[in-house]
Amino acid sequence: MCGIVGLFLKDPKLEGELGAMLASMLCVMTDRGPDSAGFAVYGSGAKDKVKLSLRATASYDFEALAAGLSLPAAGLPGLVVRGTHAIVEIPAARETAVRAFLVERHPEVAIVGTGERMEIFKEVGLPASVAETFGLPSMRGTHGIGHTRMATESAVTTAGAHPFSTGADQCLVHNGSLSNHNALRRALKREGITIETDNDSEVAAGYLTWRMKQGASLGEALDAGLKDLDGFFTFVVGTENGFGVLRDPIACKPAVMAETDQYVAFGSEYRALVDLPGIAKARVFEPEPATVYFWERAQ
Amino acid sequence: MNAISPDITFDLADTALRELNAALHAATGESNARRWRVLNPNGRHAVAVGINAPLTVEIEGHVGYYCAGMNAEASVIIHGNAGVGLAENMMSGFVHVRGDASQAAGATGHGGLLVIDGNASARCGISMKGIDIVVKGSVGHMSAFMGQSGSLVVLGDAGEALGDSLYEAKLFVRGSVKSLGADCIEKEMRDEHKVLLAEKLKAAGLEGTVDVAAFKRYGSARQLYNFHVDNASAY
Repeated sequence: MCGIVGLFLKDPKLEGELGAMLASMLCVMTDRGPDSAGFAVYGSGAKDKVKLSLRATASYDFEALAAGLSLPAAGLPGLVVRGTHAIVEIPAARETAVRAFLVERHPEVAIVGTGERMEIFKEVGLPASVAETFGLPSMRGTHGIGHTRMATESAVTTAGAHPFSTGADQCLVHNGSLSNHNALRRALKREGITIETDNDSEVAAGYLTWRMKQGASLGEALDAGLKDLDGFFTFVVGTENGFGVLRDPIACKPAVMAETDQYVAFGSEYRALVDLPGIAKARVFEPEPATVYFWERAQ
Repeated sequence: MNAISPDITFDLADTALRELNAALHAATGESNARRWRVLNPNGRHAVAVGINAPLTVEIEGHVGYYCAGMNAEASVIIHGNAGVGLAENMMSGFVHVRGDASQAAGATGHGGLLVIDGNASARCGISMKGIDIVVKGSVGHMSAFMGQSGSLVVLGDAGEALGDSLYEAKLFVRGSVKSLGADCIEKEMRDEHKVLLAEKLKAAGLEGTVDVAAFKRYGSARQLYNFHVDNASAY
């Protein structure tokens, strides 16, 4: 089991409420996944900047880290510390150099995700405490996805919590279990994809990253996954403009969608959606198995 | 004037689900209190399961998993959608969902009638054992898997592997069938089948609105589940 939620706002008036709505949805999914929780929120961003979502231990000195990243011309990078995580905003042109610097000089810090607008937070613990620790209810944004984990394939660790990054402004959450993740992990490592945990969902994220590196679109990568990923899955992928959904051909794991004029919402169960505004009049439906869906705003 | 039954209303926004189910289990249907209304189900699981009396329960909203499971004698009407396992293992009575039903609707049902106004997802009527199911929309893949007896009537289309490993459940589909499962074949629609189908449609309130001649009948080829002495060495 695991719980997934996703919320994509059509109505900009709700953007200030995104975090609160997502937190409420996430907490309802506690009994599907009490081990760890995580979420990605797509908030503000600037075209020439990149946000790095970083994770370290409790009370880590992110300010010292940020100071080490400063440039005489650009000054200190943007820094927002939330619990064990920090969002560091740097000029996009410096991303490669900063990543290399972090890997070499700060192995104690994990880069959870990057992107112009995406911020990822995840931690071991009940969804309510994870949401509270990172201040999810007060976050604003255009869309977000979240996950509550009941661990099956690998240990309960922060690194094993979802979402997993699949590329810039892209991440994946997974409900299910993959049975060929060990073989696939070895194959992906040979292809140069970095996979850090024994987690099956990280392999799925790595698989999508690899497909896209070969030139596939996200939709094509998901489609290819139907053939290459053996096991049960409902995936929700966050993208810069919205989110996508894919269920395995047997539709082993649940999925419910609700759509109104104001939003499109995803939940593992309808219960997760009941506090959304206007839900009583929403169009409620199940996504079809083996079918890639996207809900995105026009670029 | 016992015929005019008072309503009993349970609002699940402020009453625990277990109180509702305990009250339904305690009801015999012999008192005046035969008509029950349930408000704000909000997708809760196991709403109105295990009723064993001739009650009428109307649920105003969407329900979660296993709604009206194990139902006997009662009529349960859901004004919304239903989650996984609607009317699972129903014994008798009537369950009617006005919206869509998720996977495994009517699974293992022994009797009674399940009517779904919208679509049903995968595995509708899996391992059915005597229940009658009428779906006004379409059904998903693996519907009537290992169906033993009873009937599944689908006014729309059926997904992949309809009637896989079927025993003697009777399947009628008006629309297209994406594919038939192992040992499921199309069968001739004789007069006796038209009569049977018309009965099921009538019970679902569709008399005179649907032409039985528009349906095709599917059933077991009886090659999988019969013991053949020629196959003895395979066991």
